[in-house]
This record gives sequence, C-alpha cells and structure tokens, in this order.
Amino acid sequence: MTRNFSAWPIYALLGILSAPLAIMYLFLVIDTFTNAPPGSLIPNEFTFHHWRFLWDPTVTGDVWGPTLTTFLFATSMVVIVLAISSTAGYAISRLNLPFRRFFLSGIMVMHAFPSVTLIIGVFLVLQYAGLYNTLIGVILVKASLMLPFGVWIMKGFYDQVPWEIEMAGVQDGASRFTVWRRLILPQVTPGLLSLGIFAFIDGWSEFMLPRILAPSANFQVLSTYLNVVSDPNSTTYNFNLFKSVGLYYTLPILVLFVVFQNRLMNIFGGGTKG
Amino acid sequence: MQVTLKNFTKTFDDTTVIDSMNLAVNDGEMLALLGPSGCGKSTTLFAICGIHRINGGQILFGDRDVSDVPSQKRNVGVVFQNYALYPHLTVFENIAFPLSVRGDSKPDIEREVRAIAALTHIEELLARRPAQLSGGQQQRVALARALVRKPDVLLLDEPLANLDAKLRLEMRSEIRRIQLETGITAILVTHDQVEAMSMCDRIAIMNKGEILQIATPTDMYRAPVNKFVAGFLGNPPIVMLEGRTSGDGRFLVKEGTSLPLPARLAGMPGDTPLSLGVRPEHFGAAGANRVEGTISFVEPQGRETLFDVTLDDGVVLRSIQPARDDVVFGQKVVWPLDAEKLLAFDVSGRAV
Repeated sequence: MTRNFSAWPIYALLGILSAPLAIMYLFLVIDTFTNAPPGSLIPNEFTFHHWRFLWDPTVTGDVWGPTLTTFLFATSMVVIVLAISSTAGYAISRLNLPFRRFFLSGIMVMHAFPSVTLIIGVFLVLQYAGLYNTLIGVILVKASLMLPFGVWIMKGFYDQVPWEIEMAGVQDGASRFTVWRRLILPQVTPGLLSLGIFAFIDGWSEFMLPRILAPSANFQVLSTYLNVVSDPNSTTYNFNLFKSVGLYYTLPILVLFVVFQNRLMNIFGGGTKG
Repeated sequence: MQVTLKNFTKTFDDTTVIDSMNLAVNDGEMLALLGPSGCGKSTTLFAICGIHRINGGQILFGDRDVSDVPSQKRNVGVVFQNYALYPHLTVFENIAFPLSVRGDSKPDIEREVRAIAALTHIEELLARRPAQLSGGQQQRVALARALVRKPDVLLLDEPLANLDAKLRLEMRSEIRRIQLETGITAILVTHDQVEAMSMCDRIAIMNKGEILQIATPTDMYRAPVNKFVAGFLGNPPIVMLEGRTSGDGRFLVKEGTSLPLPARLAGMPGDTPLSLGVRPEHFGAAGANRVEGTISFVEPQGRETLFDVTLDDGVVLRSIQPARDDVVFGQKVVWPLDAEKLLAFDVSGRAV
C-alpha cells in the first residue's frame, strides 16, 4: 500500500474513539487478578482469589460441567451446520433442483427472520416432540436457526468454483459425488473453516435458547451459569468473581478470533481470493 | 475411433439450437468445428462428450451408440478453454486423477503419468501446482490429463483462446504433433480460421446451428460453397462486389465498373444478379486484366503490404503483395486482376 498522507491523525482519532472500550477490557482483566480498596479504581492487592471458582466448587457451583456442556453444544453446532450447509449449499448452487427459486428465497427470508419471534412455535414443537428441557432439543433449534446463514454462505463459496472443473471431473470418469468430495469440497475449505468457527462461537455464546427452552434441565451452559453467578440476590454475589467467570467464558472466543481473524473476514467476501 | 452424429438435434427450452445435424469424423482425423460465436459449435462438442443431453438423433463412437451413455462412461478426453485444472492438486495429481478414479494401481498410475508427461514435455513440472504454471504449461497439463486414460476421442474447446500470440503459435503445432503421435480422433472447436486451417485435416464450418461445408482447409479456401464460407475464411477478408452479368462475359458492378468474369461463367445469360468475390491475393499480383484505381489505404505488415485501391466509381478492392514501398497513398495504379480465380455467388449466396 502506498501512503499519500500521514497516517497518525487517523490512528489518533481511532485511538481516542476506542479508548473507552480498551479501558473497559483492561479493567476487566485487571479486576480479576486484584482487589481495590472501596471507592477506588486503583488496585492495591494482587490475588488469585477471584479465580478460585476454577478449583473450588463451593464458590459458585461446579464450573467444569457447564464448560463441558457448552463445548459439546458448540461442537455439535459445528458438526450439524457444516454437514448440512456443505451439502445443501452445493445442491442449491449446482443441482437443477425442483423449487430451487423457492428454496433460495426461503433461505433469504429465514436469514432475515428474528429468531425471537419463532420462540413460541419452537417451544410448542419441542414440547410435542418431547425435547423440551433437553440439551439435544436446544442444539437442534440453535443449529436450525443458523442453517439459513450457513447454507447461504456455502452457496456463495460454491458459486465461485468454476463449472468447468466439475465438468472436467465428470469427463475424467468421476461420479458427481466423487467430484464433489475430491474436487469441489477442497476448494471451499476456507468457507467451511470460517463457517465452522462462526458456528462454534455462536453456539458458545448462546444464552437465550438454553434459558428459555431448557429452564429446569439438569444441565447448564456457561452463559446460564454466568447468569446465576451474576444474580445480585444470590449469597455468592461478588463483582470481581462475576468478572472472572465472564473473562473465563470469553477467553476461548478471543483465542479463536485472534488465531482465525483473517479467515473470518473472508466469509463476508463470499470466498473471493485476495 | 470414428465419431458419427446422425440427425443430432439440440434444443434449449423452446429454441432449437441445432436441427438434425449430420457429421462423420474419421478415425484418427482431426476435425475443426469452425464458426462465429453462437453458431452451436460448442453445443455440439458438449453433446459429444455428454455434458449436454441430446434431444434427438444419435451419437455413435464406432458402432457403439453413446447417445444415452453418461459422460463418465463415454471415454472422451476434453480440454476446456480455461483448462479447468484442479487448483488444489499438483500437476502429477491432476494428470493422475482420471486413473485414480478408475482404480488403477499406484505403479500403473505412476508409469502412465510419466509417459504422458514425456509426450507433452512437462516432466519437470509434475510437482508444481497449476497456479505456478504459465498459460502454455497449463495447456499442456490439461492436454496430458485429457489423454492419460487413452480416450477414444479428444475434444478441444477453444484451447488456444487464452494464450498470447506467440504461445498460440507454439501450442498450435504442439497440439497437432501430440494428436498425430497418439493417432487419436480429435475435434477442435474454434472461431479462429487460422487455427482451424493450420491444425486440422478437415474443417466443418458452421453457422446458425448448421454445417455449411466440410472440406480440407485448402479446398474450402479455394472453393467455398457459399458467400458466408468465403467471407469467413481468409485474412484479410475477401471483398464482395454486388452487380449483374452483362451477357458478354463481363460483370457490371452496381456502381458502374465493368470487371471480367472467369471463363467458366462467360456463358451466363445477361442481367443475372451476382456477387463477385475478390480475394486480396488475386488483385495486384498476376492476371490478364488491368484495373485502374487510386491507393486509398496502405497497411505495412512487415513481410507483406496491404493496399486498398479505390476505383473511379468508388468501388474498393483490396490487394496484398510482398512488402513494397514504391507505392504511396494517393498514387494512381494500374494493377492486374486474376479473373479466373474470382468467386461468384448467386442471389441466395450459393457459389456458381
């Protein structure tokens, strides 16, 4: 990139604008490791006391159970969303389906639909199917709400793969399935990767659906766990503890994002190569 | 393997693109399907390889009717215009793909790929990926991949269109060499007359879904069956003059000039409307008749020089001659016209 003007005014402006956010995050991290005297922001004591929930289940209840459940939840999301989006996206992009236009517009509408408005219907369906208050039920609902997005994104990636490659594969004697698996799928891996990460993050951070669709279940995910910790009426209420649990909950997402941020940006370009 | 199309018909929705076409490609022959874009030549190619399902007629490979055989089982090698190499595989894996799909053993694949790479001169590229190859190299890889499982027919869809001029020249002779060495029956689709004429044994020229003429390049150039063929072949193109016969062996151009008719047409009754085609090499070189005019355009092309000569009544004839700079713009010239080589077409465009 060439520089036609000096960049520092822009950095300064952006720095000032994002300072509140940065300071907030900074204090989030500092507060989990320190204690400050009442009425002051400046900490005067370093401590691991607020992280004791990791090894002491008496503080807020067991944290590893919810962690495992959340991980299971997010991973199931990845598996379901990837499996269905990679095949459905291909079908919509390439196959001469009956009602293809209907599917396409259906996906668009579903994509734009606020999921909250569906919650009563979803509740009834789950109740009827006997999946209310179960982890599987929540996973299925969350995954299906994400599918329109996933299918649409994957369709975009498949659209970028030239037709000729597919025709060449068929001419080389491969079945349509082999062509898809060995020739087309490897070319949409950037899409699969970023969609997978999105699905994971989305599953990891989901709060509303477990809360509403499994309120009295015998499992907790980290978001609902955090909700319990943050209840000001509870006997364990402690602001720094709440922050520590929150930070613990956010960490995997931060790590994922830092590691894969370039890949994630790529999803909005529809897979165009930079 | 001989390829035969019998009453081949192809429609897209309600439009009939090709209506009962017949074509026979001889064993070991390289045939060009030549025509302007939209004439149905690629459609024909894709029907032969099975990408398009045909709506009527038959496609035969030898005696085998393949009309309803899926692409995978037709054993046809195709080189696409953009080569369609698999970008995530190395050159070796690209070429090996058809064999590995067929389930050949590892040593067999290794041997076959090496052999075909030697034929197409790409042995040292086998470890690279398509993105690391030049256009000409990609072309060679595409050719190797199409040939590696010894197909009955090789189809080439505008294989040279994406190459620059110099590479095009090189690949033209390379493709021909490989075709001759393997003795494979090949069909080349192109809109470039030079490619068709220089690479192929015979040309089938197409327009609007119809084959107008099938002939060897020289025959087609010398004796085109109609005006379209005459105009399509030849660069710089033929000049068409509209007019009528005079009845005494001459031809009166609409604008007024009188030109001689070839001897074979001298007996034509007077006042017959005709189009007379004058190829640039038949004006200004040799011949018994003299035509006078003014040089109105000079285009030096190095080895040759192209002239436009405007006759007194405004008719423009084109002449191509070995490079000369003794004639300049605006100069009056009297040049010979080889009347025997002129082409004549009746009102419907058919050659007479």
